[in-house]
Amino acid sequence: MNGTFLGMPAFPEAAREAVRDERLRGNLRHATHTIRAKRAAAVAEVSDWAELREAGRRIKDHTLRHLDRHLLRLEESVTAAGGTVHWAADAAEANRIVTALVRATGESEVVKVKSMATQEIGLNEALEAAGIRAYETDLAELIVQLGDDRPSHILVPAIHRNRAEIRDVFRSEMAAWGRPAPEDLTDSPAALAEAARLHLREKFLRAKVGISGANFMVAETGTLVVVESEGNGRMCLTLPETLISVVGIEKTVPTWRDLEVFLQTLPRSSTAERMNPYTSLWTGTADGDGPRAFHLVLLDNGRTDTLADEVGRQALRCIRCSACLNVCPVYERAGGHAYGSVYPGPIGAILSPQLRGTASGIDASLPFASSLCGACYEVCPVAIDIPEVLVHLRERVVQGGPATREGTKVVLRPAKGHAAERAAMRAARWAFGRPGVLRTGQRLAARTRRLHPRTLPGPGRAWTATRELPPVPAEPFRDWWERTDGGRNEGDAPQDPEETK
Amino acid sequence: MRVALFLTCVNDTLYPDTGRAVVRLLTRLGVDVDFPVGQTCCGQAHYNTGYRHEAEPLARRFAEVFGGYEAVVTPSGSCGAMVRELYPRMGERARAEGRGGALAAALAPVVPRTYELTEFLVDVLGVTDVGASYPHTVTYHPTCHGLRGLGLGDRPLRLLRAVKGLDLRELPGAEECCGFGGTFALKNPDVSAAMGADKVRSAESTGAEVLCAADNSCLMHLGGTMARLRTGMRPVHIAEILASTEEDPLS
Ligand code: SF4
Repeated sequence: MNGTFLGMPAFPEAAREAVRDERLRGNLRHATHTIRAKRAAAVAEVSDWAELREAGRRIKDHTLRHLDRHLLRLEESVTAAGGTVHWAADAAEANRIVTALVRATGESEVVKVKSMATQEIGLNEALEAAGIRAYETDLAELIVQLGDDRPSHILVPAIHRNRAEIRDVFRSEMAAWGRPAPEDLTDSPAALAEAARLHLREKFLRAKVGISGANFMVAETGTLVVVESEGNGRMCLTLPETLISVVGIEKTVPTWRDLEVFLQTLPRSSTAERMNPYTSLWTGTADGDGPRAFHLVLLDNGRTDTLADEVGRQALRCIRCSACLNVCPVYERAGGHAYGSVYPGPIGAILSPQLRGTASGIDASLPFASSLCGACYEVCPVAIDIPEVLVHLRERVVQGGPATREGTKVVLRPAKGHAAERAAMRAARWAFGRPGVLRTGQRLAARTRRLHPRTLPGPGRAWTATRELPPVPAEPFRDWWERTDGGRNEGDAPQDPEETK
Repeated sequence: MRVALFLTCVNDTLYPDTGRAVVRLLTRLGVDVDFPVGQTCCGQAHYNTGYRHEAEPLARRFAEVFGGYEAVVTPSGSCGAMVRELYPRMGERARAEGRGGALAAALAPVVPRTYELTEFLVDVLGVTDVGASYPHTVTYHPTCHGLRGLGLGDRPLRLLRAVKGLDLRELPGAEECCGFGGTFALKNPDVSAAMGADKVRSAESTGAEVLCAADNSCLMHLGGTMARLRTGMRPVHIAEILASTEEDPLS
């Protein structure tokens, strides 16, 4: 994935900084709570939401099961409509293809929209290395680009910024990228939007090459779909002479009719709207209308490996609505950057370690970046059981096990640093297999309870740094049960050895 | 009716008062309670941390120990959800991995007969007024596994509303996780503590003296946070409130 994320610290360390950043927590709290309430209301309006969710799940599952077939169909339809299809096995190949396509046009500037897949592969950096400048045109992505920042949310990549910060970024950076922001720019939303509009318009009117992603690709017709709120996407998709779309293979749906389900569930789940303000659909090329040339780069980059995993493959159902981020209490405190990936939040915690593998520290820590509260599963419009996949990936990290890497079945070794935990878990299971041992341990704890330290060493320190420990009772329940014959003969409580001294 | 109390290892070791309250409450309601001493732990910490194979023998033990009872009652939403939601999944995985259907077969009869306490009271015994008295202001936190795993719904609230003298305060953001999450509290201590502190502050904002839940694990985390933040609130398990009567009040 994106080179800028390499060398990220593991999630707990990255989150620690974010938790302490009061301003960031305030921004995130405000944004997620607002959208959370709106989404709930938008979903409640639909009487058949449960059925739509189930339909979405089934369409996606079915498509994924026969993805090879649907992709070939898609290639055929796109080609028949005048487009050209390219297959990219990984990030490097995709970047090579796109760079060559842009070079062939002789241009050194491109406009981009809806391009999470291109962030995943680090396309902007690759283009820059080839002397091509890429301009992000989605408002939030523009803010991220101008601020030399990283996206922290699927839908609102600049969610971690407030208006005043955005104004400061516009004022100081816009000039270096094109039309400068007005001298007297205020932080009112209208003023900020107008500054961005003028800045971007200049780009749209000049650009000869556009690069996009897509929300859906319809196999039967070869149609690509982008849904958005700003209209910038439509400019990007229609004004340039050449359009290059880089799309993950899992975005395929078999038929035009399948869109019906997702065009209902996606807007309500993501922006709490009944319908997207702009839904752009295009099929190949047409004379005198839109781009002259259309290229579709189908991106694998770990997706077929993910598909090979029975439990984990459901992550590929994701339609990137971001509802799971907005409802996640961990995302709310840790922020999107802590996930070290363009896919943050609960979906990122299960998608990134599958696409990239669990070898790095950050990827091995992501499956643990959840309290398993289940709120993400509850809101997901395609019913991805995120907690189930998290636990499945935890198993892969701590125990190792079978996985598919670059099309080959491998047996992964456990990630480093879990040996002590594994031993402790084994010991606990051993003791729990023997009630007598458990009782001895309980009695020992009860007898020494006055001696227990108030702060613990090792992993226990994490507990006592912020929370008091519960006092150990004088008598565990099972001893009380036996002593009193199930509560029938309450006698004297046992003497506390410390008190009788 | 003869039911088995599945107390869970945390309650047995650290919260015996909750166990005693369940026994008192159920006995008062005419239920014959047994505590099979062969019980230990449901294996949730193992399973959820990625040690599914370490959890399997514990599931098998659960089936052996509790197999012969009409019903199994547990005062823990998360251990209840472990049994009802995840045990069947473990049985299926064992079968799928070619280790036979023995685990699934052993679990099949006991899993649907396992109830969380408030579920057992409302659904099986059919009571919401259990004759309790508890003259205090209380706010209730629906823990995640009780809420989403078991779907307890408003059962605990209905039980609390019927308690004499109890002043129930609505908890803002009730459905948000408290940040415990088992080993999550140790692996991601900063986020966990921040979630706990936020939960405690919203509980405090209700003006309640007592924060009540149906799971001592979450209460351990929240109680520890309250003590550190010096809020003056107390964590109390719902079983202890429901066991409290005018003659024999919870101190
Ligand atoms: S996992 Fe589900 S809720 Fe999260 S972004 Fe994807 S579709 Fe939306």
